[in-house]
Amino acid sequence: MLELRAVSKRYGGVVATDDVTLDVLRGEVHALIGPNGAGKTTLIGQISGVLATEIGRILFNGADITHLPAHARVAAGLARSYQITSIFRRYSVLENLALAVQARSGSSFRFWRPVREESALFDEARALAADIGLQDRSSTVAATLAHGEQRALEVGLALATRPQLVLLDEPMAGMGPQESRAMLALIQRIRSRVSVLLVEHDMDAVFRLADRITVLVNGRVVASGAPAAIRNDPAVRQAYLGEELAA
Amino acid sequence: MPASLFLEQSLNGLQFGLMLFLLAAGLTLVFGIMDMINLAHGSLYMIGAYFMASFASATGSFWLGLPLALVATAIVGALLEMSLLRRLYGRDHLTQVLATFAVILIANELVRIVWGSQPVLLNTPPELSGPVTLPGGMPYASYRLAIIAVGAVVALLLYLLVAKTRVGMLVRAGASNREMAIAMGVNIRRLFTMVFALGAALCALAGAMLGPIFAVQVGMGENILILAFVVIVIGGIGSVRGAFVGALLVGIVDTSGRAFLPLFFSTFLPPQFASAAGPAVASILIYLLMAVVLYFRPQGLFPARG
Amino acid sequence: MTRAIAVFVVLAIFPLAMQAMDGMFYVSLASRILIYAIAATSLNLVLGYGGMVSFGHAAFFGAGAFVVGIMAVEGVRSAWIAWPAAVAVAALAAFVIGALSLRTRGVYFIMITLAFAQMIYYIFVSLKTYGGDDGLSLPGRSTIGFGTLGNDLVWYYLVLAILAAVLYGLQRLVHSRFGRVIAAIRENEARAEAIGFPVYRYKLACFVIAGAVGGLAGALIANQSSYVSPSLLHWIQSGTLMIMVILGGVGTLWGGLIGAAVLLGLEHLIADYRIGWLAALAPNYQDHGALAVGIVLLAIVMLAPEGLAGLFTRRRHA
Repeated sequence: MLELRAVSKRYGGVVATDDVTLDVLRGEVHALIGPNGAGKTTLIGQISGVLATEIGRILFNGADITHLPAHARVAAGLARSYQITSIFRRYSVLENLALAVQARSGSSFRFWRPVREESALFDEARALAADIGLQDRSSTVAATLAHGEQRALEVGLALATRPQLVLLDEPMAGMGPQESRAMLALIQRIRSRVSVLLVEHDMDAVFRLADRITVLVNGRVVASGAPAAIRNDPAVRQAYLGEELAA
Repeated sequence: MPASLFLEQSLNGLQFGLMLFLLAAGLTLVFGIMDMINLAHGSLYMIGAYFMASFASATGSFWLGLPLALVATAIVGALLEMSLLRRLYGRDHLTQVLATFAVILIANELVRIVWGSQPVLLNTPPELSGPVTLPGGMPYASYRLAIIAVGAVVALLLYLLVAKTRVGMLVRAGASNREMAIAMGVNIRRLFTMVFALGAALCALAGAMLGPIFAVQVGMGENILILAFVVIVIGGIGSVRGAFVGALLVGIVDTSGRAFLPLFFSTFLPPQFASAAGPAVASILIYLLMAVVLYFRPQGLFPARG
Repeated sequence: MTRAIAVFVVLAIFPLAMQAMDGMFYVSLASRILIYAIAATSLNLVLGYGGMVSFGHAAFFGAGAFVVGIMAVEGVRSAWIAWPAAVAVAALAAFVIGALSLRTRGVYFIMITLAFAQMIYYIFVSLKTYGGDDGLSLPGRSTIGFGTLGNDLVWYYLVLAILAAVLYGLQRLVHSRFGRVIAAIRENEARAEAIGFPVYRYKLACFVIAGAVGGLAGALIANQSSYVSPSLLHWIQSGTLMIMVILGGVGTLWGGLIGAAVLLGLEHLIADYRIGWLAALAPNYQDHGALAVGIVLLAIVMLAPEGLAGLFTRRRHA
């Protein structure tokens, strides 16, 4: 479904991503792991279109989207959540979600009719809120949500655009055990209707969720395959996992 | 086209460009290092010219008045920075625009109160009031040559300061990465005040030297400020080298355009169109230049930041 | 809504009261304020709601005025032709300037809008046949085919009606789909793009709409005193409009009206009403009203603690 071929990103002398080739199959949860600074977020940026890709090609459902602007990729079915929460802080949860729904339902070059009257938008937003577990907080202003709730909204915004593939950039960042469990459950719930490229540090979650894992170190793909294979790969252990999996 | 006319206009363009550089250099450093839009930069230029006029007539000498005006304006600049402008660092651009716009209004009125609304007289020094004969036999105002000389010397000094001294290194570091400069333990507050005062002195120099050519009047700062902005956009924010190249480009294009476009148009347009089109196109020439540069290089020719 | 009705009822009764008290001068001053309110409101759309610090808004205001002026001098005096032409020219200018400028951001954007607007100033000033530096005098107000706009009372009501229409339109715009997107872009531009909005197009559309309404205000100001001054196009004029927006309230519906009323009212008061004790201290104080404006503006900008910055939640490096 998603295919990266030899994708690289260079900033002057610094190489952020280096000759990355990977693919995401329809219906799978594909995890992308690696040490900090390995280039995971850069790669996500390139896939979502926020960062330009001069070297390599990105294909989505067979179509070359390497130079497609970010908003067009969303329309094509590719959505993204952010590692550092990036929501519409002054709006309520419902308004946040309704906005994303609005983005994919018809033109917004409408200047007269109040959005309030479009009940379809808000009905769908309410359903989404329930999906991500925020139905009781739907009128809360986003800035006042707890961290875990904000991360859930973060994912919700990506889901609202009804993507085929969603890029989740460290959805569990900064979460305690209870919040992480809730996020894990959320991802389990959505995997039936959307493919996922998951960037995560929480190894427990990664091994529970992933169908396949790709390991990125210093911008290069070091290993890629089934979780069991990755767990046992000596190069990966040396480069990254260390004692985390000793048990 | 007579060679002497060409030479004269080239020199005029060079002269204007070098003076623009004095303004643009201070402005680009303030934008680049402090990330601050300072609309009041033109007001410092105006104050410099007014101080010059007063000191020159008080001391009876152009050459005594000049350093006094520079110091006075640098002090005004430093005071302005310490009392007001440093509170604007880090605030959003709209706030900076409005605050410095307010400073323009206040400065204009204060100048009007102190010096009156009529333009003030500033004469060229008697030693430089006569013409000089250039190679080829053409006379050229010696004062304008002096401006070119002063401008070139200051540009060289500025280059040496920024490229070769420790202070200059700090300034360049600040321009390309402010957080890093702070992390390196640089006394940022003092550095900023010094940069600002230096910029003010440069403005004053330009104002003092151009005073005899253009009129010394309230509002003179606003007109030239726009040109300085165009220079910086073309040259790249934060880059003194960019300011230099941009200033020369703008100075030469503007001066030559005004001189030659009407002639050029009259060669193939009927006279009534040429006389209207010439000045119109000439005045917008530098903006077209800016648009073209931006189209190909949105960050300017020599952007200081990556 | 009731507040709006109350305001407009007062504004509607005002000239009748003035007429009774032989104060027609104030009706003329009021219609001038209302026209600037329209101009300031159009800036508030792009600046307050759209979050785009455009320093070149005077270009659209002045261009609209000049279109009406030039057409009038050339014999086309019908409002039905000249005013839409003014709006169209202003919209076109906004489209071109916006298309180029919106590819930049931050400091660059502000300076580029400033520079392009100044370019338009120079274009119009160099048209010597249409007044050049001295400005353009019109043979009179635009004609509408029946009655006359020369009557100050009629003129006031027309301007009032247009202001009401503009404010109503803005109100609907803000709550429409488009308004939501613009507000979202101001709140978090990166995320707006990431959920699928082509941000550039929306900003450009906002810019053009604001420019068009500015052009309409320009058409009106040309008619106000049957005179078009090139200073309408100068960037100082842009700054004045910004001051009105700040005084009145950035990103609010009534901000343009309040700001115009306060600023122009203040200028009038300072210039026309001599305060005894102040005159004893500084005999020429009335010539220096701009000093008071500058100080007040500075105070507002510096002392509003989160103030202006609080109304703009996008980070300054956006």
